[in-house]
Amino acid sequence: MTAVAVHSSDAVLIAAVFLACAVEMVEALTIVIAVGTTRSWRSAFEGVGAALLALAALVVLLGPALVRIPISDLRLIVGGILLIFGLGWLRKAILRAAGLKAKHDEDAIFAETVAELEAMADKPDRDHLAFVMAFKGVFLEGLEVVITVLTLGASAHRLGLAAETAAVALLVVGIAGALVAKQLSGVPENAMKMGVGLMLVSFGTFWVGEGLKIRWPGGDAIILLFVALYAVVAWLLVRSLVATELSPVRSAAR
Amino acid sequence: MGSSEPPSWPLRALQGFGRFFYDFLIGDTPELFVGTLAALGVVALLSVVEGWNALAAATLPLLVIAMLVGTVLRARRSAPSPNQRA
Repeated sequence: MTAVAVHSSDAVLIAAVFLACAVEMVEALTIVIAVGTTRSWRSAFEGVGAALLALAALVVLLGPALVRIPISDLRLIVGGILLIFGLGWLRKAILRAAGLKAKHDEDAIFAETVAELEAMADKPDRDHLAFVMAFKGVFLEGLEVVITVLTLGASAHRLGLAAETAAVALLVVGIAGALVAKQLSGVPENAMKMGVGLMLVSFGTFWVGEGLKIRWPGGDAIILLFVALYAVVAWLLVRSLVATELSPVRSAAR
Repeated sequence: MGSSEPPSWPLRALQGFGRFFYDFLIGDTPELFVGTLAALGVVALLSVVEGWNALAAATLPLLVIAMLVGTVLRARRSAPSPNQRA
């Protein structure tokens, strides 16, 4: 493929991995900060460390296995997973943008976690609850990061680039979180989720096609066309949902 | 007290991992899982027919759009009314 097409595919890969990792990091950080400020920073950090070790072990186990799968099979499987995952993100982002679903509110999650933790009065030096909550928060959000990085990176034969991008995203959000030392409610999470959803679905379409030996016109540059096409459909869906919600017929019917 | 032993931690970890992947791939949107499998099947059939590459290439994104519209409309039907949301 031409150099321009390769660059366009890399750019979408970087954007998808960066945004996905940043969104997950914001969610994990909200939980860790809530745990640290209300219970014990020491136990929260131990939970984070244990979760990172468990994720690293998963990468060591899954990474080499992924590389051994024939590339067309890998692309078909990964493409299918990305389609399911990406359509799920896009669905939520569209419903939130149209006001049919509550926006992911980091302030509310922070307050909820703090209230839950404060209700449990005793705070020993080594806090088991703080450890478990921090571990679960980081492990579950991190698992999505690992899956995104491994699947996108392995399918594109750009595992190094995907891992570096993820590291930068985690570092940027981590530093921002440490500086403000509070939940990152100012991050436009729904817009980021919409962007990630569009890119995951576009990559999914492309990899499924590649796995099925479809010859895409324009090679991997068609990913950009998919992003634009799905963005238009998402925008039309949001507009149509908003219009339907505001229509007197639907309101009266309810 | 119950007589059954609680599952060991490797079993619990495995169960948790299985639950995560169930939620990850199916969760509350089984239509996306089923739709994606169906779309893969249709496009796989089209792609093996000689000379139908262009049709397969055009069908895949259209099926993806159909899935997106379908899942959003399904969610809208089950969304609470404005009065309930208020």
